This record gives sequence, C-alpha cells and structure tokens, in this order.
Amino acid sequence: MKKIEAVIQPFKLEEVKEALKSIGVDGITVTEVRGHGRQKGHKEVYRGQEYMVDLLPKVKLEIVIADGRLDEVIKTVVNAARTGKIGDGKLFVYDVVDAIRIRNDDRGESVL
Amino acid sequence: MVRFLIGALSLITSALAQTPAADPAAKIAALEAAVAAAQTSGDNAWMLTSSALVLMMTGPGLALFYSGLVRRKNVLGTMMQSFILMAVVTVLWAIAGYSLAFGESSPFIGDLRYLMLNGVGAEANTDYAVTIPQQTFMVFQLMFAIITPGLICGAYAERMKFSGMVLFSSLWLLLVYCPMAHMVWGKGGMFNAFLGGSIPAFDFAGGTVVHITSGVSALVTALYLKPRKGYGSEPMKPHSLVLSFIGACLLWVGWFGFNAGSALGAGSLATSAFVATHFGAAAAAIGWLLIEKLMSGKPSVLGGISGAVAGLVAITPASGFVKPMPALIIGFSAGIVCYLMCAVVKHKFGYDDSLDAFGVHGIGGTLGAIMTGVFATNEVNSALKDAAGNPAKLGLVDGNGGQILNQIYATGAAWILAIVGTLIILKVVDIIVGVRASEDDERAGLDQSMHGEEGYILES
Repeated sequence: MKKIEAVIQPFKLEEVKEALKSIGVDGITVTEVRGHGRQKGHKEVYRGQEYMVDLLPKVKLEIVIADGRLDEVIKTVVNAARTGKIGDGKLFVYDVVDAIRIRNDDRGESVL
Repeated sequence: MVRFLIGALSLITSALAQTPAADPAAKIAALEAAVAAAQTSGDNAWMLTSSALVLMMTGPGLALFYSGLVRRKNVLGTMMQSFILMAVVTVLWAIAGYSLAFGESSPFIGDLRYLMLNGVGAEANTDYAVTIPQQTFMVFQLMFAIITPGLICGAYAERMKFSGMVLFSSLWLLLVYCPMAHMVWGKGGMFNAFLGGSIPAFDFAGGTVVHITSGVSALVTALYLKPRKGYGSEPMKPHSLVLSFIGACLLWVGWFGFNAGSALGAGSLATSAFVATHFGAAAAAIGWLLIEKLMSGKPSVLGGISGAVAGLVAITPASGFVKPMPALIIGFSAGIVCYLMCAVVKHKFGYDDSLDAFGVHGIGGTLGAIMTGVFATNEVNSALKDAAGNPAKLGLVDGNGGQILNQIYATGAAWILAIVGTLIILKVVDIIVGVRASEDDERAGLDQSMHGEEGYILES
C-alpha cells in the first residue's frame, strides 16, 4: 500500500475530489495548511506596519491506495490539480506498513 | 413630529379643559406649564436616547473596535476591559464621581454635595440643563465617564493585568477625569466659558475632557508598561478587522449621542452638532484613505475606519460651535494628521501604543480643541453673551482670534493633568497590585490567564 500526500491550491479541491470519485477512490483526508515552495508571497499593511506574508493557504490531501492503483491515482490528482502556474503544489508518495478498519479490526489492502 | 404635535395639542386641550370658568391668567399659566412639559418631554427623550447611544459606544462599539485589532488570544480580555468599566465606573460615579465633576465650590474640582446622588432627581439643575431632570443629565454624563478610561486600554492592550487595570481606571476616573470634567463643564470650573470660568474655553462634548486626557494618559501608560513581548520582531496583526469594522460603525452612529446629545436638548443646536459630527467623520475617512493610498499603495479598511474615528475625535470639541463646511476641514485635517502620527511618527519613536490611543485621541483631540478656537462661531451657538447681552464673539472666524490661546491653555491643562496624574496612579497601582501581566500570562494570552476562557472554540 502507498500513501499519497498532495499539497494543492485550495480552489482545486472540488475538482480533485470529483476526479477521485469518478475513478472509485473513496478514502481521502483533507487538511487546510499554509506553505510555499518557490511561490512568492504578498505584502500586508496595518496602519503603516508592513508584514510579508509568505506562508500561503493550501490544501493537503492524504490518500492511501493499493500498490496496483498508484499510477492511476497520481495521474488523476495531478491532472485535476494542475493550472500550469507556479503555486500548483507537489505530490509525495510514501510506503504504508498496514491499514486497519476501526469498526471491525479488518486489515490490509481490503480495507482501502 | 406629528405625534409630538398631537401630544402637545392634547396637553394644551386638557390644560384648557381644567381651568374653571374663563380666567385668562389661569389659562395662560396652564398653557405655559403645558408647553414646558412638552419641551421637557422632547428634550428628555433625546437625552435618554443619547445616553443609550453613548453607552453603546463602549459596549459593544469600543469593545469590538479594539478587540478586533488584537491577537486572537486576547480578544475576550480586551472586551472585558471595556465591559468592566460599564460596571465599575457606574458605581463610582453614583457614589462620588458625579459630585466631584459637577459639584461646585472650586475651579478645579466639585464638592461632595451630590455624594450618593443626593438631590439628583426629577428636578432640573438649571445651571446645567434647564428642561431635563438632573438625573437625566447625571446618567448622560455617566456614559462619558465610562468610555473615557476605556480609551486608554488601547495603549496597554495585550499586557495589562486585570486587577491593575480595574484599580488604575478607578483612580484615574476620580483623580484625572473628574477634575478635568469639572474644570471644563462644572459650575465655576476654571475653563468653563458658560459658568464662570476664568479662562473660558470651548469644548462642546469632550475634546479636552475625554480625548486629550485619555490619549495622553495612553502614551504615558504605553511608555511605563513598555512594549509587548516580541514587539518589532513577532507579527502582531489584527485578528479580526471584521469585528473592528462593526465596532467602528457603532462608534460613528453612537457619536451622534455623544456630540448632539451634548446640546442637552433636542433643538437646532443638537441638529447642528449632529451634522458637524457626521461631516467630520466622513471627511476624515477620506483624508486618511487618500494619504494612505499615496504613502503605502493601497487604501485599507483599517485606514478608513481609523480615519473616521480620528475625525469624530477632532470634531468632538467643535461640534456645537462650528458650521458644516469647517467641520469638513477639521475632519479632513484629522484624517491626514492622525495617519501620519500612527503610521509614521509612532514607528520612528518606537513606543508600543498598541491600538493608537495616543495617535488618534491624544493628537486628534489636541488638533480639534485648537481648531475649535479658529472656527467657533456665534452663528451656530449663541448661548454665550457679552456684557451688552448680545451673542459673544466665539472664535477666529467671529473676530476673536484670542480664543485660540484659551483653547491652548485648556489643552495644556489636560496634557499636564493626564501626564502627572497617570504617572502617580500607575506607580501607586504597580506597588499595590502590579500593572503588567507576567511574561507567562502575556504569552498564554489574557483570555486564558486573566479570565480562564477562550474566545473562539471552533471545534466545539
């Protein structure tokens, strides 16, 4: 099993979710995060006090998937999340040791 | 208006119906009584409304305006500072404050004739307001006494110990606010142009009494307490300009009670003060936004609302003395000057007047008090009479440029009283309970350390 962590633009979330649903991927966890790669931030001014805001709002998706479906899911997420501009985000892949369904103790690829 | 006429008519008709036979003298007396009652009811209705509006300026106006500007961990603590004054100042005012401000016998402070509000009831105090119960006058003035120490909170935001804040504000009310209120508005007060002051100054609704005293005290407090931990290196952004915006709008609307209510009646002077107030706010918002766009690139919401408040501060002493066009000038100037004070000068000096209480109230009040000496005119306010019984010349536009000097004297007195009084009170309070929150308490946030609460529990 593999875990995909994708940091994407917040306005792309709906599109990515729909794309995953359409290929039958149900399990997804979403967190609101802040971060940057090479994307520049912006300036805010409050009564003459300047602040550089370089941590930008993003959305992080975590999806655990069977080894056999990895390439398909990566392609789906990347195509849905891409705009072609700096700030699109990044996707990382990790190995997963085990998966357990809390409701009934089931284990392994079948719980995904 | 229609209801007022119907009310007056029915009072007059019933007065007429009560007179026996056709006795003209008795009829006239009854009519006069009815007219007086109608006048009182109009004036009292406006004055009670104004009192409510001014209280609204503190809660929730100032509470929202200030708490939106602080970090999230201090939102409740900042609101509590406004709220506790609504409670504590009320009690102190009832016991002694009203008497110290509006008693008689000295140019500097009132006596204790009204201790425990003795004699303050339905009967008018004709020295102050002829057509309303003295109790109305007392409660109207109470709302000013509540908000004034509240303004100082802007300077010690996010780092003041709660017990110290309550003790400080209580002492400040009695030792700084009451004397200044007496000197400018009390009978025999040194600067009271209308009631025998030796240095007659014009302060319609509290430029010196409210804004300069609190604004300058704010500066002293900011310097005494020293900056917030991390000031200059850690970000300290307003956690919710949405709250501040709502608070500022409540302040603008409430200010009609503050200034137009200071006419102490519902007549044309109240209208004039209402209009001047509104025009001052509008012009100041534009002034601040313009210079902000020029100097920092974008006109901000914080800039707009700060500008409006600065204009309202500056127009406060002038509101019942100046015409509408000068009100625009006063407002616009305040927008420009206070912007420079808050966005440029403050950063050069490096003191942490967290919410710009000095920059807006201290400087805005000083500017407004002096400009009152320029633009005050008897065409607006003819209550002051000269030796011949004619309306006295008021300010420079009337040909009485010397008034500016009197305004400077009253302004200077406010500055000195604020500086000396605040320094002494801070030292005393620091010795008794302490004024600055501990570093741990400050880091944790006042909501948690002082009040055991959290402002936003979004996961609940």
